[in-house]
Amino acid sequence: MTTNSNDFELREAPETQLSILGKIWQDRMGRIGLLMTVSVFTISIIGPMIWPFDPAAVGADASSILQPPNSQNWLGTDELGRDVFSQFLQGSRVSLLVGVTATIIATVIGAGIGISSGYFMGRLDTVLMAITDFFLVVPSLPLMIAMGSIFGQNLTVIILIIGVLSWPRNARIIRSQTLSLRERKFVPRAKSLGATDLRIIRKHMIPHVLPLVVANTILVVAGAILAEATLAFIGLGDPDRISWGSMLHFAFASGAIGRGAWWYFMPPGLGILAIVLAFTLLGHSFDRINNPRLRDAA
Amino acid sequence: MGYLPRKSLQVLGSIFAVTTFNFFLFHIIPGDPLRLIARTQKLDAEQVAALRIEYGLDGSLFSQYLTYIGNLLHGDLGYSFALHEQVSTALMRALGHTALLLATSTVIVVLFGIFLGVFAGSRQGSKADSRTIIGALVFWSMPTFWVGMLLVFTFGVWWGVLPISGITTPNAVYETYFSYLMDIARHLVLPTLTLALVDIAFFVLITRTSLVEVMSEDFMLTARGKGLPRRTLVWRHGVRNALLPVMTASALYISGLVGGAIQVEVVYSWPGMGLLMYNSVLARDYAVLEAAFLVSSVVVILANFATDVLYRRLDPRVVVAQ
Repeated sequence: MTTNSNDFELREAPETQLSILGKIWQDRMGRIGLLMTVSVFTISIIGPMIWPFDPAAVGADASSILQPPNSQNWLGTDELGRDVFSQFLQGSRVSLLVGVTATIIATVIGAGIGISSGYFMGRLDTVLMAITDFFLVVPSLPLMIAMGSIFGQNLTVIILIIGVLSWPRNARIIRSQTLSLRERKFVPRAKSLGATDLRIIRKHMIPHVLPLVVANTILVVAGAILAEATLAFIGLGDPDRISWGSMLHFAFASGAIGRGAWWYFMPPGLGILAIVLAFTLLGHSFDRINNPRLRDAA
Repeated sequence: MGYLPRKSLQVLGSIFAVTTFNFFLFHIIPGDPLRLIARTQKLDAEQVAALRIEYGLDGSLFSQYLTYIGNLLHGDLGYSFALHEQVSTALMRALGHTALLLATSTVIVVLFGIFLGVFAGSRQGSKADSRTIIGALVFWSMPTFWVGMLLVFTFGVWWGVLPISGITTPNAVYETYFSYLMDIARHLVLPTLTLALVDIAFFVLITRTSLVEVMSEDFMLTARGKGLPRRTLVWRHGVRNALLPVMTASALYISGLVGGAIQVEVVYSWPGMGLLMYNSVLARDYAVLEAAFLVSSVVVILANFATDVLYRRLDPRVVVAQ
């Protein structure tokens, strides 16, 4: 038998993504979360293609305003006579887009800061963690509102703001994981073989913290979707894009609640609830897989 | 250095950091800052020059920063042209209303959250447990402002049993001071309920997790072996130990409080910090936004400090470890 220099790496290699998905599928909450996520994504991709109404088409006359659901407009119309159902379908795209892209930004920043902080330690660690703690303590919604009103209201800016403010918890968790990884035997071994810091980080640190990054990322998506909805509701959404949050903004501002137009403010809220709950269930299920003591009969 | 002086220095450091961050955030806006400050007003050249000196905008960015810090130390948060008054006056008025809202909901959230968390955690694996978890996750996943809209619709519009806007009934004449308080209390019900419904989940889930972990400790096995009644076992031995991690986690709850308050105040027109910020966004009143962000950050930093001090009082192990 030939000695494979990679032997110890293989033994300590993290679980593959596939087996994690499999475990989530076996967990009831995880399975529900997974199914919900897949259905929301499917609806948002296919929905706007097949539903015939233009979400921006204003009604012909006053009789088309705030109409309850009927055979033509399945979810009725809004205060300008526009079709609510097509807005609902279109709006799902912005929510998902912001959720996913902001999370990617947050994950890259969080993992970068967490790994460098935990791996290099010392003064760099002190400085980076001071910055992290600062952003952990500062209340995020007021900061998002301040930044949103300064930097303007378009989708890119909103994604950047949410992404740039969602990384601190990731950084903290990844840092502590890196700190403990650093003490494992393969680090000094790789070092004695002449591996550079960059190589150790790329080959050993990143693959090992990846499962943890994934687990956390799931919850960041949920937070980012809620953040976008809240900003849009406050009136800081992109005025050119329909999102579930902006629908709720206009429903609220146009007095749909007082007029009892439940078909206007129920669907977008339920949409946000569904997608956030889906990601939360996934994250929760992930947590239970990683921490078996919390497992229960469900 | 002792704990308290060291921690106090840290807190001062954080406040200084947040102040500096706040200054530069609002001064990197492209264009003349004065244009933003006075956006809502037509000013003549003389007024502009006077304002320029008042805000120290005639100097370099650094000297502007010094002026800003100097003004802050005098309690001067600037003047709002949209509100036609000192920003500090408007903020002080609003802070009290927000404090009332947050204090009421926090009491409810902590009490019910811990109780439900213990209820679920002490029945780990049962139907009741998983139902509590799912219920908590569902409420946790709702946007706070949407929960507010649903309650406005249900209690205000549909059943019409509770007030849905403001802190008192407009133009009401109160016979006694008590009826005045009762009016405020009635206006407080729905905003508090909205915040509580969403935030309770946080304490339910944390308390449950923490209790489940404690219940599997060796000393719990011993306690069980002694044949202690279930109630004593859970509350005396379990919950007491489970609550400390809950306290540590409450820092997260505290920094989320302001966000919840903003949403609820907008929905119910509750005249607090959140509504003030919302109106300032609509009016692009940067003077108020800048001050509101600063004040809410400082309040959160101080609240975390207070929790930390309290935590050390409650957990003797922290002192021993020093």
